[in-house]
Amino acid sequence: MTRSVFRFWLPLGFTLLVSAFLILPVLLSVLAGVTLNWQRGPAGGLTFRWVAEVWGLYADTVLRTLLLAGATAIADLLLGLPLAYVLARHPSRKARLMEELIMLPVAVPGLATALALIILYGGWQSLRGGSVFILIGHVLFTLPFMVRSVLAVLAALDIRTLEEGAASLGAGPWRRLLTVVLPNARPGILAGALMVVTLSVGEFNMTWMLHTPLTKTLPVGLADAYASMRLEIASAYTVVFLLMIVPLLVLMQKAAAAASGGR
Amino acid sequence: MGGQPERRTQTPLAIRVEGCARTFPDGVRALDRVDLDIRAGETLALLGPSGCGKTTLLRLIAGLDHPDPGGRILFDGEDVTALPIERRRVGMVFQSYALFPNMSVAANVAYGLKIQGMAPDMRRARVTEMLEMMRIAPLADRAIDQLSGGQRQRVALARAIAPRPRLLLLDEPLTALDAKLRDALRVEIDQLLRALGTTALYVTHDQAEAMALGDRVVVMTHGRIAQIGTPYEIYHRPAGRFVADFVGLMNRIRGTLSGDGVRCPGGIVPLAAAGPSHRPAGARRPGDGAPVEIQFRPEDAVVAAPGQGHVRGTVTASFFLGDRVRILVEGVGTTPLTVETGGRIDPLTDATLAAGAPIELRIQSAPLAPEGEA
Repeated sequence: MTRSVFRFWLPLGFTLLVSAFLILPVLLSVLAGVTLNWQRGPAGGLTFRWVAEVWGLYADTVLRTLLLAGATAIADLLLGLPLAYVLARHPSRKARLMEELIMLPVAVPGLATALALIILYGGWQSLRGGSVFILIGHVLFTLPFMVRSVLAVLAALDIRTLEEGAASLGAGPWRRLLTVVLPNARPGILAGALMVVTLSVGEFNMTWMLHTPLTKTLPVGLADAYASMRLEIASAYTVVFLLMIVPLLVLMQKAAAAASGGR
Repeated sequence: MGGQPERRTQTPLAIRVEGCARTFPDGVRALDRVDLDIRAGETLALLGPSGCGKTTLLRLIAGLDHPDPGGRILFDGEDVTALPIERRRVGMVFQSYALFPNMSVAANVAYGLKIQGMAPDMRRARVTEMLEMMRIAPLADRAIDQLSGGQRQRVALARAIAPRPRLLLLDEPLTALDAKLRDALRVEIDQLLRALGTTALYVTHDQAEAMALGDRVVVMTHGRIAQIGTPYEIYHRPAGRFVADFVGLMNRIRGTLSGDGVRCPGGIVPLAAAGPSHRPAGARRPGDGAPVEIQFRPEDAVVAAPGQGHVRGTVTASFFLGDRVRILVEGVGTTPLTVETGGRIDPLTDATLAAGAPIELRIQSAPLAPEGEA
């Protein structure tokens, strides 16, 4: 069987072209990060010196970023799970409205949200200067993703009827929560948590406004490196960033597939 | 069912619904004040169109919903109105089955037993017994999403009856299945309910299902009970036009009383046809010339030889249904009649049943009602 030009080769070529368009800048940046001297090009020799230097300069930033992402995920779980559960149990117009409302921080530019936070909490010095301030911003921005992810799974399951089934067999509220609601919401919780961690690690707009020189995160440090250091170090920073974010993205894909495709 | 389940020690429960109404928060009154007695051990079918309040009533009895203030639900005389479903010891089968997708078939059936605190080995034995009874033993370790609709239904039934509930509630359990499977499972559920001897409440919008399964049938409309009776009573002595039409086809001929018959456009139906048992109790016989209405089911009329019939009309259409032939007749009353005849007649070749052919009917039994009533 011969493969038709129009039905196979053309779409394949187009796909490859788009992929190249998306990935080429990233690849070049990575290459720059491991090149001894970008003026002379890769032919002049490759090195991990710049990556090591970035690690030396920004290790605390990496750690803070990870801790922030973890804390964001935990806070989102504590706030988002009950919220998603309530919304799933009471699918009314008001619930829809509430869902839209928590999406607002995503639609509004991060800078505007950050400004609003500074106006609200700025006078509170101990808060303004710490990482918790950034955490508040990240939770505000990522919470809707957690809620939506869990809500989608709960709604598809018709959690209300499942709980009624459990109740008819004698299960009280806590037992229903532990044996029926949470186990069945797990794919949504997992997908939501990975999404939230990924968003938190990569968030720049809001964090840039909220940070202090002592509370930089990875993307802010990246901007810092681009602005103040040689190109190779800034590019090496990209390598570090990718090493952290790509595994998260892959896990997220898998979790999303598990959540939508059933067990 | 596969194994013969012996009658269980659980004594059946009598249920009393007293003045229960239900108004939803948005102001919709789903159920008007209803009083109802469910006898111990009987299967009561709640029948009605969607939105008639039958599911609301079931949910009140189940404990999934609570009546407006003033209403009471009594289980064997004990007021359970305030108890949630998990403390009423009922079993329930949901229209969507509500099986737990995070558990295997066996774990689903064991769920209620675990809550009762049954020892693991007894639990396993009971689960096996239930699965065998529902003939799904080979599916014990399957995940729920690997089951067909009919298999899910069996698991749902096994799960509901495993803890030996005092009352079994079934909310349109067969609606999601195709016709053939529905018929087969209907027979099985009937045998199961008789074998268990548990009081059961069966909600359905399918009159055939209600009549086949119910010891008594409650017909509901617009949040009220229209009639309570045995399937025979509901079908042959409907309490009103709504019930008559909902549980089957009802023919109506309007006419005037004259002597021993009712004069209508197609002829005279002798009053003898309206047997005494079908006369509403205590009803006075109206005088001559009074407008009256005759009602009869399609199977209460037979096609008569020329000159032998009570009334004469014209065939408008006839349909071969396999076991019988359905004939639409006009010219007898103001609206077309539907009658049925058995036997091996092919309406496509039989000229006497062709559209436009004259036809004579004998009406064998028909209740008489003053016009406008019933």
